[in-house]
Amino acid sequence: MATAAAGLGGLEALAARFRTCPVTGLKVDAAAETLIKVNAVAAVVFLAIGGLLGLLVALTRWQGVHLLGPDAFYLVLTAHGINVLLLWIIFFEVAVLYFASAVILNSRLAAPQMAWVAFVLMVSGALTVNWAVLQGDSSVMFTSYVPMQASPLFYLGLILFAVGALIACFVFFGTLVVAKEEKTYEGSIPLVTFGALTAAIIAVFTIASGAIILIPTLLWSLGYIRHIDSVLYKLVWWGMGHSSQQINVSAHVAVWYLIGALVLGAKPISEKVSRLAFFFYILFLQIASAHHMLVEPGLSAEWKVFNTSYAMYLAVLGSMIHGMTVPGAIEAAQRKRGFTNGIFEWLRKAPWDNPAFAGMFLSLVLFGFLGGISGVVLGAEQLNIMMHNTLYVPGHFHATVVAGTTLAFMAVTYLVLPLIFRREVMFPTLAKWQPYLFGIGAGGISLFMMGAGTLGVSRRHWDITFSDAALGFDYPGAAFLMLGLNGLFAILATVGGALYVVITVASVLFGERVGPEGPKTPISAAPAAVTAEAVGKYGSAGTLHLPGTYVLITVFFVAFVLYYFVNWKYLSELWPMG
Amino acid sequence: MAVQPPEARLWWNEPVARGELVWVAVAFLWGVVMFVMMIWWHLEGRQNLSTEVYRIDPEVFRSRVEAFVEQHKVGEEGTTGIPIARVPPGGDAYMLGRLWEWWPVLELEKGKTYRLHLSSLDWQHGFSLQPVNMNIQVHPGIEHVLTITPTEAGVFSVVCNEFCGVGHHQMTGRIRVVEPGKGG
Ligand code: HEM
Ligand SMILES: [Cu+2]
Ligand SMILES: [Cu+2]
Repeated sequence: MATAAAGLGGLEALAARFRTCPVTGLKVDAAAETLIKVNAVAAVVFLAIGGLLGLLVALTRWQGVHLLGPDAFYLVLTAHGINVLLLWIIFFEVAVLYFASAVILNSRLAAPQMAWVAFVLMVSGALTVNWAVLQGDSSVMFTSYVPMQASPLFYLGLILFAVGALIACFVFFGTLVVAKEEKTYEGSIPLVTFGALTAAIIAVFTIASGAIILIPTLLWSLGYIRHIDSVLYKLVWWGMGHSSQQINVSAHVAVWYLIGALVLGAKPISEKVSRLAFFFYILFLQIASAHHMLVEPGLSAEWKVFNTSYAMYLAVLGSMIHGMTVPGAIEAAQRKRGFTNGIFEWLRKAPWDNPAFAGMFLSLVLFGFLGGISGVVLGAEQLNIMMHNTLYVPGHFHATVVAGTTLAFMAVTYLVLPLIFRREVMFPTLAKWQPYLFGIGAGGISLFMMGAGTLGVSRRHWDITFSDAALGFDYPGAAFLMLGLNGLFAILATVGGALYVVITVASVLFGERVGPEGPKTPISAAPAAVTAEAVGKYGSAGTLHLPGTYVLITVFFVAFVLYYFVNWKYLSELWPMG
Repeated sequence: MAVQPPEARLWWNEPVARGELVWVAVAFLWGVVMFVMMIWWHLEGRQNLSTEVYRIDPEVFRSRVEAFVEQHKVGEEGTTGIPIARVPPGGDAYMLGRLWEWWPVLELEKGKTYRLHLSSLDWQHGFSLQPVNMNIQVHPGIEHVLTITPTEAGVFSVVCNEFCGVGHHQMTGRIRVVEPGKGG
């Protein structure tokens, strides 16, 4: 058995075609390369669709424009959530998994046929669920809380997609095994691959949760099961829905490290600490569904406090660690490259005109300041009473998953185009602007939705003037202002998003082929004229001197603490309740 | 580089820089503070979600709310025909959510404490008290009893903030808070 398998493996290895990347020196497996391409292309297609739908939603919530009617609004909002949060993000993550395993480890992809099966399943699931939503009888939002019911095709599409994603994870694990057995690298796997491994492990758990709840729900929609408990549904559904956000975080943190490495040659300042931080995500992943159940009846306060804090904020600790080690690695790399003056020369003279770097750094800052802080506040048990189901919630997650994950994935695309698609990036001037437009737009919609939520405005709501309601109500005027500003920044984000799609599609289809001497598109940034000896070997205590990073995290920490306690102050002014 | 295996094979034995250690310690302690904060608020804070919950058949809940309205009705809200129930201070108040209304309108006295019973007759709804901005999820089949004390007089609205179908944005309710002894 074993020898037969080894023999087959050997044959497959022979059959795999490799090329050597002129920039990184990595050996790239042709099958892996094709699969990365198709998954990335599918991702961009769904981002284009979903992003446009997001604009329609924002223009409807802008009361002065109020673009769509109610039926269309709820349909489009359901489709927006599915196309961007599930389809765009997960297709791209599959591409990241194949890249972080096969390409970074110099290995062939294990079982490319299975990877194709995964792709076909994911595409069919994606088309099925979109078809179901377009029929108009499945406008249930991507969360599909029972007892509201969608058509069976809706659940079926989600299940097909999830099975595909699960297979893709196993192709990734298989590739790690192949690489280890065929000794394509020495020592431990690189940090980027470690981050991807974290994402894949979490993905397996979350997809299992998804199966546990979606399969019975499908049977219920077909009439085979009479009743699904609405609290239990949420508990298990969010075991998928929230824990999968940990996949996004792991994946985009891995991408941050990846971009730092390729553009600036950055190394983790300590392998041990960065890996530990990833490990925290795995340990505490399943209990995050509490974040969505803090004002739910029927769960004990002890359960809520323990779970919502990920067992005393240890997963948050993981993110706070990355929040220091990523800029720290960049500062160290920049200092080593000669930018040693003062506290911030390394940051001022960073390659801000390289869209990969600019996107990555904006993603880091917006994710930390807007997404991270608001997430922890939102997840504090009692504070959640002031925010649950208001626009604060979408405000928070547009900071994490749009300004954070989506922007990071856009940024890395500017490296994937020349290195994997082997096409020069077209419209380089527009590409320079793209991360700023999208980042500022996404930051704006996050901020203004949070603002409207603080004023009490409901999420997923077609008409905040309540013109058809029997009992009217007026939100404060500032709420309308917030939604107007949200609309303006949504336009900015859409312009940035559209530029991304146009640049990517044009470069893939019509971009100049990269020659054997390597791409002309800038990848790594130029060092300072004189390289200094400021930072010695990383990872060795005592040699690091990172004053800029310390200033940045101090500012972050102060903002965090102030905002956290201000919210407790607001809470204390609500009607007493027990 | 982060795309290469760690330089030191025994990377887990490498010492960690001071600054990094300090940050890990600060972040960890901050987590402990935030954790204790929630517990402390259960002991000392006055805004905590009640955990008094009962399983209930939606039909049973409906008949209870109807009996409650029967007993305490003092008028109708404008021309809407929606009954207003004045709740005796310190008493039990009932409000149900259904597609697409919160029913009935309640009249409470400022500074008095009430037991508010919430449940849904059909899908999930969101009880969002505005402009106070208190938000509680309401499920069918579960009766949630909250103890609340209005601290200001005025007309307050209940907006549904859980998506509940195409009439979701029409689903509102009302709570009137009057000065003690000034009920209408
Ligand atoms: C052009 C960019 C985008 C704009 C203008 C935009 C705007 C919006 C708006 C206005 C809402 C509605 C909030 C509400 O009424 O409840 C929304 C919901 C949402 N957005 Fe976006 N968005 C954009 C991109 C994205 C991306 C890239 C993602 C995911 C990666 C995303 C994920 C979501 C999700 C999950 C929802 C919640 C849907 C629901 O409540 O069921 N959005 N977005
Ligand atoms: Cu409702
Ligand atoms: Cu509703």
